[in-house]
Amino acid sequence: MRRTTLVPYLFVTPAMLLLLAFGVLPIAVAAVVSLTDMNISGLANWRNVEFIGGANYVALVADPDFWRALGNTGLFVVVGVPAIVLISLGVALLLDGSDSRFARALRSFYFVPAVTGIVAISLVWGYLYNTQFGLFNWLLSLVGIPQVQWLSDPWLAKFSVALVAVWRGTGLNIIIFLAALQGIPREYREAAALDGAGPWRTTRSIVLPLLGFAIFFVTVTTTIAWLQFFDEPFVLTDGGPLGATTSMSIFLYKEGFRLNQFGYASAGSLVLFAIIAVITVIQLRLRRRDVEY
Amino acid sequence: MSSTEPRIRRSRPPEVRRRLAISLSVGLVLLVGALTTAFPLLWMLAGSFKPQREAIDFPPTLLPQEPTLANYLRLFTELDFGRYLLNTVLVVLIGAFGLLFMAMAGYAFAKYRFRGRDGLFFLVLATLMIPVQVTMIPTYLILNGMKLTNTLVGIALPTLVSGFGVFLFRQFMSTIPDEVLEAARVDGAGELRTFVQIVLPMSKPILAVQAVLAFITGWNSFLWPLIIASDQKLYTLSVGLALLNQQLAVDPALQMAAASVMVVPVLLVFVVFQRYVVQGFALSGLK
Repeated sequence: MRRTTLVPYLFVTPAMLLLLAFGVLPIAVAAVVSLTDMNISGLANWRNVEFIGGANYVALVADPDFWRALGNTGLFVVVGVPAIVLISLGVALLLDGSDSRFARALRSFYFVPAVTGIVAISLVWGYLYNTQFGLFNWLLSLVGIPQVQWLSDPWLAKFSVALVAVWRGTGLNIIIFLAALQGIPREYREAAALDGAGPWRTTRSIVLPLLGFAIFFVTVTTTIAWLQFFDEPFVLTDGGPLGATTSMSIFLYKEGFRLNQFGYASAGSLVLFAIIAVITVIQLRLRRRDVEY
Repeated sequence: MSSTEPRIRRSRPPEVRRRLAISLSVGLVLLVGALTTAFPLLWMLAGSFKPQREAIDFPPTLLPQEPTLANYLRLFTELDFGRYLLNTVLVVLIGAFGLLFMAMAGYAFAKYRFRGRDGLFFLVLATLMIPVQVTMIPTYLILNGMKLTNTLVGIALPTLVSGFGVFLFRQFMSTIPDEVLEAARVDGAGELRTFVQIVLPMSKPILAVQAVLAFITGWNSFLWPLIIASDQKLYTLSVGLALLNQQLAVDPALQMAAASVMVVPVLLVFVVFQRYVVQGFALSGLK
């Protein structure tokens, strides 16, 4: 550690300026804009912007589209979080258990979806889901199931869109779980094996409790990711059919950039932020209680 | 794994057979899972070489019957994918500055004591909790005020520096012994020279991790180019691709070729640098 006057400030300045401009300042701007009727004419000239107090928030509560987007987002969280956490945990345990060269070679296959670009991937899945010439419907036709409307049935579309996100979301979490599994000393498991515990028992009684923090971490970050769910429905269905896949983020994007209601969308974005913050705090609380017993 | 072999040899034959059965079935499950996971990407590559007629054929063919490069040619001649590709590369290159900025900040937080350090570092961590949906509109307004909408710099700026990146650099650089830095200073190296010639080379593992991650996020970034670039000349691959989706829903072969142009470079980078990505998450203090 070294005390110098100016040098450390010079080192942190570029990064801090960018973080302030695009991480901190936007919160303040969003808070102010959410109290105005800012729209496209306000963008051209700030004098066209008027202060309207909490009117945006009042309108938001009365907006059925807002509630539907919130409901869709809730469904995505309830279905998506357990799906991603359980699948990535399961795959990571299997991969970690079989340490052969064969299993090591397979790892990359599981990681790969995590690095692919969402737009490209949505095109590929859109092609697979296609009603007339998609592969999925052809496979189903082999067993005599008639055409399925993967993306145009309002209920099914929610799950079709979520499946793509699950496919893409597991890779990163498998990596996190594998890293945590490597952190468990070999001796623990060897000791359990010497005491006569089989692989199933060892996993349940030794490995899973030691993974507690990783499971918690993945659950929290996955929940936040689903609350912000945007890319997949945006490209695959544009929030349709009839708003069935419109998440909160898509609702905000459309209000902001298609309808140019910057003030209204900012109010909505702060509500989403508050929801994310509250849910995260609740999860942290639950975790603390869990540790204390 | 060699340590478990003697134990297996000592155990009774039925036990051996049971273990073999278990590991075989686990291997099979893993293989099926891996193929299922990778399948959409294989389907994409196969589709990209099919003529348009074959791509909408029913029943679908697994591999192209008459492979063609026509789809790729169309992307770069009839459509503007050459420009989109160039824009994407430029955005990624601008990202390299972000990497340097994050390394510098991480170093200062790790190795200097200065007034306001803890407050600033708290701010860095606080930015991690702010969702992009909140910053989306204000950032657009800020960039618009700076006359940076519709520029490549404007596309790159919002994600140039991430709080998480600064955090990872700080964690890693705290492990560099102070003695090494003192020795460099005793030898007369200035602060900047110490950073460039001692700290950066010693931070190669974390630099590699961050560079790979920055490449991947920059290459794939979608929301910011979508919001910031309204001029088609500034479209990146992802935005061009989303546009193609709306225009050409009836030509999946062309879409698969476009998707491949976007996915294959990232796949190559990932295959080559996979170790760094995995190592990176182990380093990130997740214990």
